[in-house]
Amino acid sequence: MWDYTPIVKDHFLNPRNVGDIPDADAVGEVGSLACGDALKLYLKLDDNKDKIVDAKFQTFGCASAIASSSALTEMVKGKTMDEALAISNQDIADFLGGLPEEKMHCSVMGQEALEVAIAKYRGEPIPEHDSEHDHGHAYPDYEGEIVCKCFGITDTFLKKVIETNRLTTAEQVTHFTKAGGACGGCIPKIQELIAQVLGSEELQPRKRPEKLSNMKKMQLIQEVLERDIRPLLWADGGDLELIDIDGPRVQVAFRKACAGCASSGNTARMVEAKLRDLVAEDIVVEEVSA
Amino acid sequence: MKEIYLDNNATTKVDEAVFEEMRPYFCELYGNPSSMHFFGGQVQGKVTEARQRVAALLGASPEEIIFTACGTESDNAAIRSALEVFPDRRHVITSRVEHPAVLTQCRNLTQKGYRVTEIGVDGAGRLDMDELKAAVDTDTAMVSLMWANNETGVIFPVEEAAAIAKSKGALFHSDAVQAIGKIPINMADSGIDMLSLSGHKLHAPKGIGVLYLRRGTPFRPFLVGGHQEKSRRAGTENAAAIIALGKACQLADQYMEAENTTVMAMRDRLQDALMAAIPNARINGGGAERLPNTTSIAFEFVEGEAILLLLSELGICASSGSACTSGSLEPSHVLRAMGVPFTCAHGSIRFSLSRYTTDAEIDTVIREMPPIIARLRQMSPFGREFLKGQA
Repeated sequence: MWDYTPIVKDHFLNPRNVGDIPDADAVGEVGSLACGDALKLYLKLDDNKDKIVDAKFQTFGCASAIASSSALTEMVKGKTMDEALAISNQDIADFLGGLPEEKMHCSVMGQEALEVAIAKYRGEPIPEHDSEHDHGHAYPDYEGEIVCKCFGITDTFLKKVIETNRLTTAEQVTHFTKAGGACGGCIPKIQELIAQVLGSEELQPRKRPEKLSNMKKMQLIQEVLERDIRPLLWADGGDLELIDIDGPRVQVAFRKACAGCASSGNTARMVEAKLRDLVAEDIVVEEVSA
Repeated sequence: MKEIYLDNNATTKVDEAVFEEMRPYFCELYGNPSSMHFFGGQVQGKVTEARQRVAALLGASPEEIIFTACGTESDNAAIRSALEVFPDRRHVITSRVEHPAVLTQCRNLTQKGYRVTEIGVDGAGRLDMDELKAAVDTDTAMVSLMWANNETGVIFPVEEAAAIAKSKGALFHSDAVQAIGKIPINMADSGIDMLSLSGHKLHAPKGIGVLYLRRGTPFRPFLVGGHQEKSRRAGTENAAAIIALGKACQLADQYMEAENTTVMAMRDRLQDALMAAIPNARINGGGAERLPNTTSIAFEFVEGEAILLLLSELGICASSGSACTSGSLEPSHVLRAMGVPFTCAHGSIRFSLSRYTTDAEIDTVIREMPPIIARLRQMSPFGREFLKGQA
């Protein structure tokens, strides 16, 4: 049984603002029957068309999906659209006193419906619904390339969730977005996206040293691999081994889940970016099959 | 809050008589059945009696009964043994709707170079016997097929399947965890080589299982060590639980008729009333032969966890084949294999009754379930569209 907080239980058993607003200014729909959850959000604006004066929802989904929707409608009332857009999925979860990690995708769904509703109201461009996927789209209004075919989730959306919630493993991404939760075929791609996001982030304010002796450089490369790179790979069941360092050329071999992984090339680029960042600008990472 | 427990395929209440039977074997008669002294000997006597009782329920002989720690251990031991016995055979057959205790192991085998065939089922959950016939060959070491499905209660023709396996010299194992105690089983008159049983599904405690091993069937033990269970399963016997299981099997034999009359009548009444009261619902596996205690009903436009938690608020315990209860996001592999549409696979609820279920409890569920579904449909965008269409 899930360990739901009393607030989640209360919003599930006594959901606020269920229903529709016939003359709503903005309506956002995400999810589908096939995905196992869906949310339709209605917003009514004040006369200045700025402040949200009423919000209603309809949700198909589990207890935390219903509670997240209920919480969202309570949170946006009285806020301007810009203030409402600042609500993150973590804010929704916090409002509820927390959600089990496996259920975080419910809060993401709420945040997403809000964005879609406001974007539609503002007439911001919304891409065509892509109907080639048999399960329908979880987040139809997000641009980008579809990563998870089962749930129809794009790379743009995934990167945003990875970044906002600082996710480091594919499993976490599944819990937050459902991507990868069905056939699992896109998990390597999700890992690649994580690597991209993490690679581009300045996680540590550490600076690369001005000048290095060869010995010091080799030591530092090893240190960065141990401290910054391998833990990321372990989180996804992968690993790498340092094979050789020859001037600026760093040879690594991928192990476990990384070995033979279709996206190991991108992982190698992530490693390279990190090493260039923290050791020396001219480093080139080569993948060897030793 | 008094519980209305309709989740007996998950686990069952330990029968009070079973508990009484095992009670002395903790603080008083705690001897080791293998010991030479009288104190261990009297425990051994009860273990022997329990073995006879289990054998009697199965129509087996006592030396064909190996006590294990759980159904999963029995399943694992059976499949591993077959592969060791036939090192040259590199093929295993199971079904797409097996319990994870079998399915996970089979899928792991594919990584070790084995060929694994998962036989499909039709829309009612019935095994595709033609596919099975075509799949078995002289490379097949084992065919492992469940006797009855835990989610839908659908019964497989295991005797017929065993004959097909035999025709190519493969061993046949059946995970009968859900079937035993609910439908009569007679191993004396059977072609099945191995069979798994779990105590806690038939009113014995958790932590005790049985692997039935037909006399003369080649076997390699899963656990090695001491000489217990004729060296087929090492480890000191869980004497109290074994004694409890013996009693539970004796009682199961006595209640077998009730299971197939009284319990079945309550199950039928429950599902008929719910189907009559709730539109857009379907019985998963309704067209197949099923266990007398199980019904799985799919409700369109609503999600299973929400149903379960609203039931739970009223003290009603059931289970769901839906995604969100188990932590995975897919509807159950059983319902998917049956081709149950996504629209209702997410809203499937399993009720599994027992001899403790009462008519009054069934009345409560019949009364409470329709408003719960209506409430969730009213909240669901798809349910509202549907209700609008009906008005």
